[in-house]
Amino acid sequence: MNQKVHLKINGTDHELDIPARRLLVDCIRYDIGLTGTKESCSVGVCGACAVLVNGEMYASCITLAVAVDGSEIITIEGIAENGNLHPIQQAFIDHGGFQCGICTPGQVIAAKSLLEENPAPTEDEIKEYMMGNLCRCTGYYGILNSIAAAADLMNKAAGRGG
Amino acid sequence: MIDFEYHAPTSLDQVFGLLDQYGDDCRIMAGGTALVIQMKQRLSQPSHVIGLRRVENLNSIESTPEGVRIGGLCTQRQIENSILIGEDLPLLTDTFRKVATPRIRNMATIGGGLVNGDPNQDPPPALIALGASAVMTSSSGDRVVPLEDFFIDYYETDVQPGEVMTSVLVPRAPVGSGSVYLKFLPRTADDYGTVSVASVVSKEQSGTCKDVRIVLGSAGVTPIRAKDAEDALRGKPLTDENIRAAAALVKDVVDPLEDFRGSAEYKTDMAEVFARRAVEQAMAAIPVGS
Repeated sequence: MNQKVHLKINGTDHELDIPARRLLVDCIRYDIGLTGTKESCSVGVCGACAVLVNGEMYASCITLAVAVDGSEIITIEGIAENGNLHPIQQAFIDHGGFQCGICTPGQVIAAKSLLEENPAPTEDEIKEYMMGNLCRCTGYYGILNSIAAAADLMNKAAGRGG
Repeated sequence: MIDFEYHAPTSLDQVFGLLDQYGDDCRIMAGGTALVIQMKQRLSQPSHVIGLRRVENLNSIESTPEGVRIGGLCTQRQIENSILIGEDLPLLTDTFRKVATPRIRNMATIGGGLVNGDPNQDPPPALIALGASAVMTSSSGDRVVPLEDFFIDYYETDVQPGEVMTSVLVPRAPVGSGSVYLKFLPRTADDYGTVSVASVVSKEQSGTCKDVRIVLGSAGVTPIRAKDAEDALRGKPLTDENIRAAAALVKDVVDPLEDFRGSAEYKTDMAEVFARRAVEQAMAAIPVGS
């Protein structure tokens, strides 16, 4: 049964007429056409489909789009600022934060969520926060290094110690 | 996925009206982390889903004379990050931090998790060890159910038709008590425990055990309170020997399900080991001078 849903995705308003069963990941990918968000495990475990819903990291593969009606959603396409890569994205490139890239949109979203909550995390805090984002190319140290480097970069840019 | 109609009521009265109208053909959804997967896998096939997200006043954490009242719609991460709970009920802070991943904890709620009745979940043993109760609200009022009596069978709980879990009441742990939640995780940090144990211990000045709670998760079709083991320790000196003897009794009350985390026999052995460690560590956590 179709229902009306309003979502603000990466700053753009969308009025949708979609079935109640439409998952947020499918809505973002197929109804909106933003295919940066990936679906992998489909049961909320792997982190590939992570998006920010009103600033909080959600698993879009187990979120109904109707359930987040009226929310502001940020996907990987909404991370860059004025056409410039976000410092987290640049750090993933500079520090070998990815190989095949399927998990990367979710990793970057999770890293953004982490650094917004905790701008200067310790290595253990990064590991604890990121443990729900799986990488099958065994690139975990590249990911950890990328996030630590991004935190330094962002703190220096903001004039915080780092 | 199955097809259904989604309802987004904004008040409990509207929720009760919908529950009355659709009866067995509807499911309530809080965070949705369990229900959406169950619907994807066709384990649950309601024609109507009642989302609680817009219902007001169900997601606050408040101090009460006895302890803390946690709104049924509080997310697990909200509980984990609550300063009030960190000060009054550090066992809960530690327990909720051990649930799944930060992403799931952002979504999943305390009430949704309890009502789901999955015996592998982390909060039930800790909440039962603390003596917590659920407030089940229906159009005819509130019913308070001790969580110890709430879990009936595998994914079966004491939710009556027309009821919503609106809050969880958690008494403060006794003064001079120590508590711990141990989760045996030999695989990955976001997994369910192979077994888990929550324990709260208080002792007399003489060193004898004043009171003790031992509650196990992933050790049967429901969370299990090991009352015989508690009785064996209460009033006795908290010696290694007595703790070992009490923990051995845990094996008689657990009945774990075999799965890829281990055989029933292995989990039974681990239940004893982790019950012993939980009591030892809860005892060690008793504030000095108590």
